[in-house]
Amino acid sequence: MTKQYEPPKQSWFGQIFDSLFVLALVYLSLMLPLLFKTKEAASAAAGAAAEVVKPTWESLQLSPVVQEQWEKLGYDAEKAAALINTRFDYTIDPTWLAITAVVLIGYFVFMLKVSDKEYREVIAEKFGK
Amino acid sequence: MSTTTGDKSQRISMLKVLNPFHIWALGVGIVLVGEFMGWNFSVAKGGAYGSLIACWVIGLLYTCVAMIDSEVTSTVAAAGGQYTQAKHIIGPLMAFNVGLYLVMAYTMLEAADALIVGDLMKSAAETFGHANLDTKPFVVLTIAFLAWLNYRGVFTTLTLNFVITFVAFIAILVLFLAVEPANPGAVLKHKELLTDLPYGWIGVVASLQFGMWYYLGIEGTCQAAEEVRSAGRAIPLGTMGGMMTLLVAASLTWYICAGLMPWQYLGQAVTPLYDAGTLVGSTKLQLLLFVATAFAAIASANGCINDASRAWFSLGRDRYMPVFFGAIHPKYRTPYRSIIFLVPIAVSFAFTGLLDQVITFSILSGLLGYTFMSINVVKFRKMWPLGSIHRGYIHPFHPIPAITLLILCSATYFATFLGYGNSLLSILAFYILASIWFSVRRYKFVKRADQFTMPWPRPKGY
Repeated sequence: MTKQYEPPKQSWFGQIFDSLFVLALVYLSLMLPLLFKTKEAASAAAGAAAEVVKPTWESLQLSPVVQEQWEKLGYDAEKAAALINTRFDYTIDPTWLAITAVVLIGYFVFMLKVSDKEYREVIAEKFGK
Repeated sequence: MSTTTGDKSQRISMLKVLNPFHIWALGVGIVLVGEFMGWNFSVAKGGAYGSLIACWVIGLLYTCVAMIDSEVTSTVAAAGGQYTQAKHIIGPLMAFNVGLYLVMAYTMLEAADALIVGDLMKSAAETFGHANLDTKPFVVLTIAFLAWLNYRGVFTTLTLNFVITFVAFIAILVLFLAVEPANPGAVLKHKELLTDLPYGWIGVVASLQFGMWYYLGIEGTCQAAEEVRSAGRAIPLGTMGGMMTLLVAASLTWYICAGLMPWQYLGQAVTPLYDAGTLVGSTKLQLLLFVATAFAAIASANGCINDASRAWFSLGRDRYMPVFFGAIHPKYRTPYRSIIFLVPIAVSFAFTGLLDQVITFSILSGLLGYTFMSINVVKFRKMWPLGSIHRGYIHPFHPIPAITLLILCSATYFATFLGYGNSLLSILAFYILASIWFSVRRYKFVKRADQFTMPWPRPKGY
């Protein structure tokens, strides 16, 4: 049987520090995308400012049934137009897509490689070399 | 399986009191809130038909998850679920990451659920003429009450979940009957409201991200593996039964809402099923949907507290996180320190004001976990082929479910890239930094041989 690894005993301060460290990392990653969102919101606001024509039910060209359902939901033509005219932009930036793919695949490869090395230590201690 | 009370050596085990109905209540309880709200954001991404396709495609992803999970969990029956599986099959760093996926996914979902309860209270107060009700006390109260319930024992916690989840599911069935499905055009206006795909097929792919809301969290059934009377029977029965319930609930929810609301409204609605109840014009139905929405949110938060605390407890028990959290209450037999520790964290997530970011973190953590499962089951079958160890359940058609799962996970990452590319990178950065930190700092506190506790022979290839 392989010699058993005896881990050090962690102090109370160390335990508290480690718990808080992980939490700090979580909050940081929650906040990070906000930096990008501020820029996106500014450009969206500039685009919205250009559209000033007041819509009507006729200009929205909805069928009577669809218009009735909007009205049942408490919407007038102006409020409905704000939702109807909102469009997502699915333009793909190949560079960002490639970076994201590399980071994602790299993360799993790194994790599997390191895990395998650690797992061999576990198996060696448990079953012997 | 027994465990220790933190750093003391007294052996105390969790109580084995749960049956398949509790497992169903845990899984469906966490997820059903997704039918009451959240799923409909997939309509905004790809239109009503895009959302329906996402519902079925993601349903296939979760069927693969349920099949794979049922086999591995019925064999590795211990608290921590997928975390414990990773520890026995892939290795400590993977296990640490899987543990974090579970804690983050469930704690953040719990925060979102509590916010929903607060918003519902505000809406109810407005209906009775009390505008601008502060939702914060309701958020704190919901989390605190459910944490107390979890602290006192798993049997009562999940029995309550069974009752309120059942009521919420019945409410969907009642609403379905109320919209006269046999009489198209009378209440439901599918013919007029349904449109072509507004963004084409790229929109359908984009809608996969929020399609996960139809089922997100069903894999949480595995967290109760250590507390069921028979893991080999209860986990597969409860999980697969839960998946069938969710497939029915998701299809009915889409059918009702797509036939009552224009897709542009539905894609941004906060409580679409409640809105559907309102459009039918019955006060009783409206009240039922209000109660059911609240019950679904409470059941989800309740299940999330149960699962997040078990995962955090398991990380502590194995010293992946501070050993202080690896304690079981001597009287109630629950992971009480983990339950209490996660209360202020859930509250703080709820009050960040970053709900969409918190929800994306939760969904992505789940998705990373599903990617792990596809790799895990292939290794599991390779290291311990059929017949070499006792399995409570053997899933059919291996490796087709694993390959399908990996392909569908990749498509959902791409969908997330289309809508939340920055968040995807930011969340990956968190897990990469956490992994480096674990390897450099935490791994030295881990007892190597203790990471393998199953009575199995040496794995092939090691």
